Amino acid sequence: MSAQITLGPVQYNWAADDWRDFYFKVADEAPVETVFVGEVICSKRAPLYDKHIPDIYERLTDAGKTVVFSTLSEVTTDIDRRQVKKIATSEGFLIEANDVSALYQMGKEPHYIGPLMNCYNEEALEVYAKGGAISICLNPEIPKSGIEALVKAAAPFNVDLEVQVYGRMSLALSARCYHARAHNRTKDSCLFVCDEDPDGMRLDTLEGDKFLTVNGIQTQSHSVLNLVECLDEMQNIGIKTFRISPQSKGTFTAINAFRDVLDNKLSPSEALKLMRDDGINAPFSNGFYHQLPGYEWHDAVVR
Amino acid sequence: MTQLEKPELVCPAGTPASLRTAVDAGADAVYCGFKGPTNARNFSGLNFTKAELTESVKYAHERDAMVLAAINSFPTAGRTDLWKKSVDDAVELGLDAVIIADIGMAQYVAREHPEQRLHLSVQAGASSPEAINYYVEQFGVKRVVLPRILTVAEIKRVHDAIDCEIEAFVFGNIGMMAEGRCSLTNYVTGVSTNMDGVCSPASHVEYEPDEEENLTTRLGEFAIDCISCGETAGYPTICKGRYDTAIKKNYYAFEEPISLNLTRLLPDLIKAGVTALKIEGRQRSRAYIRSVVSSFREAIDAYAIGEEPDISQLIALTEGGKETEGAFKSKTWR
Repeated sequence: MSAQITLGPVQYNWAADDWRDFYFKVADEAPVETVFVGEVICSKRAPLYDKHIPDIYERLTDAGKTVVFSTLSEVTTDIDRRQVKKIATSEGFLIEANDVSALYQMGKEPHYIGPLMNCYNEEALEVYAKGGAISICLNPEIPKSGIEALVKAAAPFNVDLEVQVYGRMSLALSARCYHARAHNRTKDSCLFVCDEDPDGMRLDTLEGDKFLTVNGIQTQSHSVLNLVECLDEMQNIGIKTFRISPQSKGTFTAINAFRDVLDNKLSPSEALKLMRDDGINAPFSNGFYHQLPGYEWHDAVVR
Repeated sequence: MTQLEKPELVCPAGTPASLRTAVDAGADAVYCGFKGPTNARNFSGLNFTKAELTESVKYAHERDAMVLAAINSFPTAGRTDLWKKSVDDAVELGLDAVIIADIGMAQYVAREHPEQRLHLSVQAGASSPEAINYYVEQFGVKRVVLPRILTVAEIKRVHDAIDCEIEAFVFGNIGMMAEGRCSLTNYVTGVSTNMDGVCSPASHVEYEPDEEENLTTRLGEFAIDCISCGETAGYPTICKGRYDTAIKKNYYAFEEPISLNLTRLLPDLIKAGVTALKIEGRQRSRAYIRSVVSSFREAIDAYAIGEEPDISQLIALTEGGKETEGAFKSKTWR
């Protein structure tokens, strides 16, 4: 299998029509093989998108994309539980589990394991593989050495491993909505204020340093993960699937840049420049991969 | 007031001396970890060598108290041997249960030590009946430690839908983020809560006073809070810091430095079907352990004979005097 690019689910509360148009554009233009679709952060948002899902599914599959439906990451309330059940038990569709409750619902049907689940070691990988996982997207905090060891463990099970290479990183989940809290509301009375921030709400330190990003119950990095300089090395390790996590700006530039680097049509440094010129206003980071603080940027050795 | 069932009182021990203190103060069970990264409180000066744990188990068992081994961090690939060795040692020493978070380690316990009692750590983040039942069916988990994100009414519904016991936190630090799914510390310090067992490591914490005696607390390069004189400084963790957003300035974006105290909700928790009440704080002093454990012992015993306990001492012990019932009381916390 040659290297492929996947597109992770939109994690923010985008206007439903913008959300639909984004996926139409992915179908029409983006060189990605697999597209993950579905609300993974907040069960209250999911109904906003439901009406567009049949159209998106048709457009993406007509364009030859594999569509995988992602389940909710933090499952607590009855509404959360019903939503996971509905998706995880729908027949004839591919599902990405982002919480153990989805595994319970799916049984041993072939499925994907999302990056919001924990797969840190060989034993965990074996549990998922024997439970029906065909692909596992690793948590971005796993360093290169861990990725390498997991690739070796995955081989006998014929499980594909996926690594997020672009986009803000999920750093924490909670039952509490921090968007609502900032607006002096609660999760139940939020009035969907997270729709004001298509790339999340910036959280600065009291000294003015740009620090984190609030996205409802999720806390993300302020920096945008970018592993374009590590693609060669990851391919040598045995990673063949690279995930881009969507932002409101620059996603298509990133997809094309990563594709061109994989196809040796563009150097990583040229790709970085293109992505810096067209992206959200935040620095790139790659610290986790190099076993450094996640926000840091480690320059590649000049080749 | 009616008499209630007596739940098990599960208490923390960071050192052998704390373990003896907790047992003497009335703990039904004490939980502790091995030295190193295999548990979620990997701080220097804390935790047990195998020899210390041998002695401690003897001490507790002679006094009818149980000892539970927390092996509840997430080994990275290539490092699982250390976690497996901890599990093997815990079984060999006759620990009454092992508390596991990693799905792979749960499989290891079930496969290699099928007779060993297995508890699911709060770090596994199993917050729904389906998630809990998955672990029960796959690995024979006997008890789940619930995340601190459910209301008492939700705990009751979970209880009615699962096939294992429930352990619920009632006192101590209030974890804001879904346990086992937080890499905030790693983002800032390069040390991982999940993989290394450390949240907000002391080695990366700085307190920086200015000339007006305001104190900036820092984790790695980032300011977590600025405490003006007169305010009490809590230990700096990212989820208890103050930050700015475009719409709100200088506020606790996640939670205040506040302690969980569910003493008033104990009767409701017991009626909801909670088997064991857990006190957080393996990093705490012996004096703290003695005071909290004996207060809870008295409270549980009072409820059991239908009396109202005195909880003033527990309130005095909470962080900066501030306490909360967190998520447990009502959905408005969310």
